Parts: sequence; structure tokens; C-alpha cells
Amino acid sequence: MMYDWLYNLTGSDILSMFVVSLLPLFLFILPFALLAVLAERKVSAHMQDRLGPMRVGYHGILQTVADIIKLLQKEDVVPSATDKTLFNFAPLLVFMGSYAAFAAIPFSGFFIGSKIDLGIIFIVGVTGLVVAGILMAGWASNNKYSLLGAMRSAAQIISYEIPTLLIILTVIMLTGTLSLYDLSEMQTQYFWNWMILGGPAVGLQKILLIPLMILGCLIIYTSTLAEVNRTPFDIPEAESELVSGYHTEYSGMKFAMFFLAEYANMFAVSAIVAVLFFGGYQSPFGYLGNTLNLPWLIPIEQFFWFTAKGLFFVFVQMWLRWTLPRFRVDQLMAFCWKYLIPFSFVILLLVGLISLM
Amino acid sequence: MSSILERNIESKSSLKTEEMVLNMGPQHPSTHGVLRLELQLDGEIITNVTPHIGYLHRCFEKHSEAMTYPQVIPYTDRMDYLASMYNEFGYALAMERLMNIEVPERVEYIRVIMGELQRIASHLVALGTYGADIGAFTPFLFCFRDRERILSLFEMTCGARLLYNYIWIGGVSHDLHPDFIRLTKEFIKDFRPNLKELNDLLSFNRIFIERTANVGVLPLDTAINYGVSGPNLRASGMKWDLRRDDPYSVYHKFDYEIPVGSGEKGKTGDCWDRYFIRVREMEESLKIIEQAIETIPDGDVTSAIPKRVKPPVGQIYTRVENPRGELGYFIISDGSLNPARIKVRAPSFVTMQVFPELCKGFMVADVVAILGSIDIVLGEIDR
Repeated sequence: MMYDWLYNLTGSDILSMFVVSLLPLFLFILPFALLAVLAERKVSAHMQDRLGPMRVGYHGILQTVADIIKLLQKEDVVPSATDKTLFNFAPLLVFMGSYAAFAAIPFSGFFIGSKIDLGIIFIVGVTGLVVAGILMAGWASNNKYSLLGAMRSAAQIISYEIPTLLIILTVIMLTGTLSLYDLSEMQTQYFWNWMILGGPAVGLQKILLIPLMILGCLIIYTSTLAEVNRTPFDIPEAESELVSGYHTEYSGMKFAMFFLAEYANMFAVSAIVAVLFFGGYQSPFGYLGNTLNLPWLIPIEQFFWFTAKGLFFVFVQMWLRWTLPRFRVDQLMAFCWKYLIPFSFVILLLVGLISLM
Repeated sequence: MSSILERNIESKSSLKTEEMVLNMGPQHPSTHGVLRLELQLDGEIITNVTPHIGYLHRCFEKHSEAMTYPQVIPYTDRMDYLASMYNEFGYALAMERLMNIEVPERVEYIRVIMGELQRIASHLVALGTYGADIGAFTPFLFCFRDRERILSLFEMTCGARLLYNYIWIGGVSHDLHPDFIRLTKEFIKDFRPNLKELNDLLSFNRIFIERTANVGVLPLDTAINYGVSGPNLRASGMKWDLRRDDPYSVYHKFDYEIPVGSGEKGKTGDCWDRYFIRVREMEESLKIIEQAIETIPDGDVTSAIPKRVKPPVGQIYTRVENPRGELGYFIISDGSLNPARIKVRAPSFVTMQVFPELCKGFMVADVVAILGSIDIVLGEIDR
């Protein structure tokens, strides 16, 4: 949509493609990462009876900007025993993997980086790059803590992708589309059309779907938490055991890339949950633009609702992080293989049966 | 957990794998100071642990020989820097027994109040950092918030927050501040709900129990064989507390329980027991403080302080129940102004010996959990 509009405006497809693909980065991910880091510090501080950063700007709002400037100025240390090529490439790969996911995320009906039909598969596939990047970082660092962290991380992310995919499959089975745009459009109008409340289905089917969908939503949220290495699944970078896991040896801007990727990833998985179960960019109560007869207001409203939903799930991630202790690596695996995967299969099966009704 | 080890050894026979040696520390977020652990790993399973100590060695015992007796007190502060009051308490008690000094009753009460407040402060650090080791960071700050109030009480009394030099041979350096009793009462009133909050947030958290129950089980006979004392011994099921079993000061006047581990969430003597015993001990300490501030007598706290500390020729061993266990002072006097020899039985040092036994067959993450649960202070291990 935006691409067509820009194409008509400029007449150059390369320029408009360039603008569309860069917009999410500059308009969204970078400011989001800045905001999210600050939010994490403030949220944790207030949960812990502290104030958090207070000195840089009003209530410390410029703290992350100052931190980024500090990181940019730092010397780029590459330890001598590392595998230089992999060491330098790994942060790029991790960053790329999490950034590319934003291309297919529908921020509003008007603003989607790339409206491909295989949206959800693209996101799952491209975030798979992150695992490779993490393994690379762990191996190339030539540090035992990094290696342990990377190994744990690979095992964890790959295991937890299974329940995630199974639940995604359940939703896809109900809606019959892989496109995130179509998925969001299907859950239009009011919140009872959201997938968590059975989606556009009607009657008995809808009532039967509701508990399954709520359970499915919990499973996918839990497993995406594990995929982005957040507490209680932050085992790969478990500070008290592995110092900081796969990025122990990184400093300066390379470290910032891991950091940025982590926060971008947090939003990406929250966005997936929002699109799959909470109506994506759809407003829960209908649009002000429709009521006031101002069509241009709708995309802005949609953008607002999407960001609000995404940020809410990011907040829940932070909330969990500052409340829960961390699992041990074998407990983590047991939790995935013994509980999440069987339950996802049961949900898949039951939803399949219900949708045959 | 032993089954994991067995399974692992079994798989080793069919597939030859190499053991990895991982150095944990001396700079590591959760070795609680400058401890270096040499872990031998088979995958993530520990086959052996070798602790290397001595990074914080300051020659306390030798140094004391060049000091006069009162000058040693600030050095005892620096041993177990989380329980300075109790270190002074033990040293002063040993010296008083050596010199046959009768201290005024008010001094005894003040020492008990300070000692128990110190025990709470020390346990708060232990529990808070233990939560952080397991991955829950919030309880850490909650614990430090409460500890801060105890430190303020200490600061009000003697001007220092960590290394007090407050309990002197024959007395204490200052009498209590006029507001001390009132503020302590307020602290106790506020602290009880906070303790409950800590229990809700951490102690009975499902993940926390999963991580700590049945991990690092210390059987009672092993504990006794290695000379483990204090909360770690009580967690293994033995009701042994020097405040009751080798009474000193005025502890016999107060009514309190001695909690022992019962294997509530797993086996007796596991990490959860060692953790929870400290929570319950804090409650008992609160009881002691409450009774002590109600019944504290009046008197002059400096009247019995000798002008010149010159004990007769002789030797003495005195032990007290410090927050970490049996803290013993063995002092030999040759009749001069300086001690001929001071030897300290440091509870953390003794407990550290049992650590490799506890770790075998567990995972790297458990090493952190076990190390946190035995609550060592490196300043005391190395002295």
C-alpha cells in the first residue's frame, strides 16, 4: 500500500522500495529499542522500590541515548584468540535476523514493509537466522562461557520453535491464510472477532474454540519468551552462571547490536502474538475515523492499536523478568518437551476436529 | 540427580568425550567475592570441583600479633564483613573470659540486640544474593532495602555502617542513641510484613523450589564429619546452636526457637532447606530483639572497659554462634600487651571444605545455587 503510494508519488520503484524498507528501522525499531531499554530500567526500578535513571534529562529519559553514545565511542575490542571473521559477522547476523522480521509485520493496513502471502513463515524462517548468529558468536569468541551459552541457546530456541509453530499452525488451519495482513483483516470490527475469542467463527464452534485458543495463546507466549531468551528462560545469558553467555566477549557497538536485536526481537514476538490472537492492528471498539468520516485517520489509529498491543506484551515480558527466577537447563527442556509440545499437539488436533464441524 | 551422572558415565563408555575444565572466578558475578572454582565438566555435569582460595588473604592472624589487644578489634570487623558486630562480640567475649572481666548487664543486652540485628542483616544479604544467583533480581533489592534500615540503626549507634569497632573489651564504645529503641521497634513492625512478602515472592515460588529442592543435599553425617556448623548444619536436621548449647552472654534469658531443616520441599539438607532456615532464623532473631529491648536495664556501658589490656599468661578458646556458624577465637597470651597468637575458626572456611562433595553430579547452574546456599564470605575464608 505504502509502496504503491510512494511509487505513484516518485515514479521510481527502487526509491520507494528503499524508503519502505528503511522506514521501520528508523521510524520504529531504533526509537523502540531506545524506549524499551529505558522502560525496562524504569519498570524494574519501580518494581524494586528504586527510581532508576534520574540524571540524564527529565526523569532520565535521555539515559539510553547517552548509553548508545558511550557504546559508539568505545574501543572495538576483538580478543586475539577469536575467529575474527565469524566474530565480526555474528552480531550482524543476529541483528539482521531480528530486523528482517519487521519487514512482514503489519503495523497498520497501510504500513507493511512487505505484504507477502507467506508472512508468518517468513518471520519464523528469518528469525531462525538468530540461532546461527548466536552459535557463531559463542564459537568464535573462543570462551568457554560463551560456548556454553551458545549451545544452551541453540538447544533452547530450536526446541521452543516447535510449540510456537504448532500453535501458529492451529491458527493458520482456522483462518486458511499465511499472510499476516489477511489474518489481521479477518479479525476486524470488534474484539470478539479476535482469534483468542474464537475468531470469526460463530455459534457452538466459537464457544468450543475459546478455551483452546486461550491455552494456545499462553503456550505461544511462553515459548516465544524462551525464543527471545527472556526470564524465566534467560539461560543462555544467565548472568549468575555464565557471566553473560554468548556475548561475554563483545563490547562497544557489536555488543549494542546484540542488545538492539534482543529488544527488536522482544517486540517482534509480541507482534506475532498480537497478530495471531489479538486482532493485529484492529481496534477493539471500531474506528474513530469511521465515525467522524475521516478515512485518513484509520491507518493512524491502526498503528496506535498495534503498537499499544505490542508494547503491552513487551511490558508483560519485563514484568515476568523482574518477578521470576530462572529455570535450569534440563528443567527448561523438560518443560518444553513434556508439557508444551504435547499440549500444542492436543490443541492442534482438537481445533482440527472443531473446524470440521 | 545422581541418575543423570550415571547415565552420563554410561554414555561415556560408548562415545569417548573430553572433559572440559572451566574456571569460575575469581572474577565472576556469583562466586560471592574472589573465590576461584575449577570445575571439571562433562557436558554441563560437574565431575569435580576444586576451590582455590586465598585471593583475599590479608594476614589477619599474623598481623594481630603486632597489635595491642584493643587494636585487633577493627581487624576482626574485616574478617566476615557482613557480620562485623558478631566478630567483635566473639573477640570481646574471649578477651573478657581471659581477663576475668565482669561486664555490666546493659552491655550484654546491647551486644545481644546488636548481634541479632547483625544476624538479620547478614541473612538478608545471604537470601537476597541467593535470589539473584537463581535469577530473581527483585528480592535482592527488597532484602537490601531492609538491611539498609539495620545499617542506619548501627550508624546511629556507632557512626559506622559496615565496620563498626563498637563492641570493645569490657563494654561498648557508645551507649544506645535515645531514639534507638523506638526506631528498632518500628523496624520490627515493618520488617515482619516484608518477610512475608519475601516468602511470597521467592521462598514459595514454584521455579525457585524446582531449582533448589533436592539440589546439593548435605546429609547430617557428612555435615558432622566435615565440621559444618550454623544454619547449614541445622538445615541438615541437627538442633545445634551455640546460643543454647554453649550459652554465653544473656541469651538464656530469652525465649526463642531453634529452627531445623525438615526436608519440607525435598530431602533434608538441600538448598531450599538451607535457604529457608535463614528466613526462620530471622523471625527468631526478631523475637530475641523484641524481648531484649523490652527488658534492657540501665547502667554505664563503659564502666568495665579496662584502661590497659594486659591479660595474664594463658590461653583461651571461645566460640559464638555467628550468622554463618561457629566462630571460634583461640587466643594465646604471653602476658604482654600484644597477643602471642590468635587463631580464628572461621565457619565459612570449614563449610567451604564440604562444597566439592555437594556439587558432584549436578550442573553448572547448580554450582551457583549450592554456593549461594552455604553462604560463604570470602573475607572470612581467607582472613
